[in-house]
Amino acid sequence: MSSVDQVIGFSIVVFFVVLVFVFSSKSIRTRFPVTFRKIEPINRLKKAIGVAVEDGSRLHVSLGSAQLVDPSNTSALIGLNTLQRVGQLTSTSDLPPICTTGSGSLLLLSQDTLKRISKETNTQAFYDPNHATMAGATPFSYAIGTTEAIQNCEVSGNILLGNFGTEAGLLSDSIGKSGISIAGSDSITAQSIFYATTPDTLIGEEVFALPAYLAVSPKHQASLRVEDVFRMIVAGAIILGAILTAVGVL
Amino acid sequence: MKSPLSLIIVITTGVIILLGYFVPSSALAEIRSPMLSWAVTLSGVAGLVAIIHLIFRVHWGKLKKEGSKQWFSLVVVVIFLITLGAGLFLEPTNPVFQKIVTYVQVPIESTLLAILAITLSFSSLILLQNQRNWMGITFFVTVIVFLILNSGLLSFTDQIPVLRNLLSGLQMIPGAGARGIVLGVALGSLATGIRILIGSDRPYNG
Repeated sequence: MSSVDQVIGFSIVVFFVVLVFVFSSKSIRTRFPVTFRKIEPINRLKKAIGVAVEDGSRLHVSLGSAQLVDPSNTSALIGLNTLQRVGQLTSTSDLPPICTTGSGSLLLLSQDTLKRISKETNTQAFYDPNHATMAGATPFSYAIGTTEAIQNCEVSGNILLGNFGTEAGLLSDSIGKSGISIAGSDSITAQSIFYATTPDTLIGEEVFALPAYLAVSPKHQASLRVEDVFRMIVAGAIILGAILTAVGVL
Repeated sequence: MKSPLSLIIVITTGVIILLGYFVPSSALAEIRSPMLSWAVTLSGVAGLVAIIHLIFRVHWGKLKKEGSKQWFSLVVVVIFLITLGAGLFLEPTNPVFQKIVTYVQVPIESTLLAILAITLSFSSLILLQNQRNWMGITFFVTVIVFLILNSGLLSFTDQIPVLRNLLSGLQMIPGAGARGIVLGVALGSLATGIRILIGSDRPYNG
């Protein structure tokens, strides 16, 4: 990384942090309330959460098989956020959500998340560490283990959020047979497979917008706004670069 | 009340690792490298914990339950113990041990890959049932067009400069689309990382 790249990278991070704090301040939120565009899969997820509470069924969250030390783990962290929010919203039901992963570090975090939800919602009686499992150590064994978990626990809805490879095909085939299914990934391969096989697929940045739509915290909504600001800056830079290249300046 | 200790550790570690990327300092590099090694080691230990949990809590628990599926769990536990024993006795680098593992794992995973191929072929047939909108139709048409383009059926166009340039331009479209999606993913990843760094997202207890 050259020194110019380092300065640009550091400036972006600092600018991003500052904007997140600015947009999450109460004065900005009340003066400029957040308006979200409609994302159908997320609307259906909200309905699925409501249905799960009403009919006393269970939701399943799967976090993919990326390791926590991989750069591709961020979508799994979004999955953990979603697990937390789904757990909070379904706490009035007798059946807390179950979680499957293909990675040991994500297993520990998901067990921790379920434990935290049970403490926050005073539902320790329903907490079971076996509600979060590592379904398999390799991508395919993870897909097969997850299929078995879906069948055994009789879930009414599935949320697949994380880093998946081609095993997404096997997973989406099995989730298609058990109620509503929402799938999203940071991987292009998994996104295209999910799009072809699952009616409700989150594409690109929609995955990362999910916690803001589920109203996890004001910081999530603020970071979504900052993402929009940065997207406009990057799009402007790309268009400007293309024009300058076309006229021979660059 | 939540203890701020874990939050302080997370923020301090995150800031040190992040600064290590942007500030060329040997002192930071000396702190950052062992921290990253610890993370890798801890990740390995977490994997071991997860496997023990899978075998001795999940499958062992299923063995105690009545039902036809308990035999699958018995097979998993027995095979795990045999593999563990062989690995400890022969060592993982031993060619005999590697052959035993490979001769079981490769055929099973190849079978799953074959099932995946059939599943995806079938899914492509019912694609328009899942996505009944203009995006779904665009996706379907694009798949067909690029299957034809990449199949080599149009190799004769190499002789016709106009068609060759047109097809070469078309081949750039998937890359441009993927770049747009990756851009959104990169911004989302940045936002997620920053939320953890400032302590807003806490995927851990404490």
